[in-house]
Amino acid sequence: MTLLIRQPSKIPSSEITPESAYKSRRAFMGTTGALTAGLLGALSMQAHAASELSEILRSRIPAGFGAPDFAEPITPFELASSYNNYYEFGLNKSDPSKYAHQLTTDPWRVEVSGEVAKPGSYTLEDILAPHDFEERVYRLRCVEAWSMVIPWIGFPLGDLLTRFEPTSNAKYVEFTTLFRPEEMRGQRVSGFLTSIDFPYLEGLRIDEAMHPLAILAVGMYGQVLPNQNGAPLRLVVPWKYGFKSIKGIVKIRLTSRRPDTTWNLSAPQEYGFYANVNPKVDHPRWSQARERRISASFFNKKIDTLMFNGYAEEVAHLYQVMNLRQNY
Amino acid sequence: MKIVWPKLLVFLACLFPFAILLWEVVRAATGDLSALGADPGEAIVHRLGQWGIRLLLITLAVSSVARLARRPGLIRYRRMLGLFAFLYLALHFVAYIGILAGADLAEVLADFTKRPYIIAGGSAFLLLVPLAVTSTRAAQKRLRRNWARLHRLVYPALLLGVVHIAWLAKVSYVDAFIYGSLALLLLGERVYQWIKRQRSRARPAA
Repeated sequence: MTLLIRQPSKIPSSEITPESAYKSRRAFMGTTGALTAGLLGALSMQAHAASELSEILRSRIPAGFGAPDFAEPITPFELASSYNNYYEFGLNKSDPSKYAHQLTTDPWRVEVSGEVAKPGSYTLEDILAPHDFEERVYRLRCVEAWSMVIPWIGFPLGDLLTRFEPTSNAKYVEFTTLFRPEEMRGQRVSGFLTSIDFPYLEGLRIDEAMHPLAILAVGMYGQVLPNQNGAPLRLVVPWKYGFKSIKGIVKIRLTSRRPDTTWNLSAPQEYGFYANVNPKVDHPRWSQARERRISASFFNKKIDTLMFNGYAEEVAHLYQVMNLRQNY
Repeated sequence: MKIVWPKLLVFLACLFPFAILLWEVVRAATGDLSALGADPGEAIVHRLGQWGIRLLLITLAVSSVARLARRPGLIRYRRMLGLFAFLYLALHFVAYIGILAGADLAEVLADFTKRPYIIAGGSAFLLLVPLAVTSTRAAQKRLRRNWARLHRLVYPALLLGVVHIAWLAKVSYVDAFIYGSLALLLLGERVYQWIKRQRSRARPAA
């Protein structure tokens, strides 16, 4: 099975993990980096602050999620949550797991604008309310030639966009990550030695955005998304390089013109708007033919990269008339 | 016998980063996912390269400090430091081939013909090979004046190393900037000494 989509099932309340067990599991999983020290204290403080949003999210993630059966081994949670490119929190891959806890994700609003009949500023609760969560096990292929297999929890992006009633002029969707330097330390140090600007911008063509494989994720591994993985709301587009799957979304704008995207602005000859995973089109500085699969084994195996990251059957028709060497 | 102790200390100091890396490799290999992170192979290659260029800079700094501080005795540590720099870079090179390129010769060949940052790094390493080979006292005697000339290859090697770092950067040029500034500082000192020599040579004629 190369595609795993698990719909929520009716679960008797007796089977739902007791909270104490859940918390001890969280404590176990949070052993990486600086998280450990303050974890117990943080848990009790969180209980005081009564983080309603994460309670809602927790209660809505079906208990059966988080232990999926997939043909390729799932990347361990400890690695998927400690090896992140999220430059808002620092330039090293270990920085997000160290510093993302400084981010407040509740309350959270998403501003919807542009070519839609129902623009507005929505609370995350409003955004999520009508959607059932599904578990999707996807490969994540980074443009840096490593990859993971991650069980996401979310819902189709298209279902959300439809609710805002896009007009006939809506040809593209633009996403913006939160800009809050007080809580995102990486945003404080952008300068002459770094080459990307904030806020982070990403975009999709409308047919890509409406494709059922494109999801908005709120969780992974059966639990609420860790901040370093893009909480509380992130995009997951499994057939594109990871940088397209924007994290910490606060703005969704539908437009008639192709939006600017952060990496394309930073180095247009290296990162295109489409950024479809393609083993035949190399990055100017390195090969994209193979990838190192991040796994529990000591030396990550090098495996062949698949066209559209293995989702060609589902998405290749979107690009039938395009020259993928020019539209990289 | 007096000078043996400081030399031994330098020797152990040079081994220290390697020992730490080895310890982390052991931890990672026995299942500690936090030891070298999610991509241990990449971490090993990166770490070896980092210490390689650091030791190369330290090696060049020893000559500068010996000159500027009028402490010619320091030169006696230079060969060992240089050889350790070479050792780390050789391991960096081997680890890249064995781990990152998956010991796939076709891929290594493609890298060396197509990837500018690998061409720069690979050439830097190749330039250092004859220097390591001729590091013995016997070779020094045999080559006489040519030995010093040959060992000036360390300057292009260092600059290529900095270019290698700059070309593989994705967002941050901080590393390239730091190593590049130090390299320019050390090369600048040599240019300064050369100009001084030219002047003092020119003076009697004037």
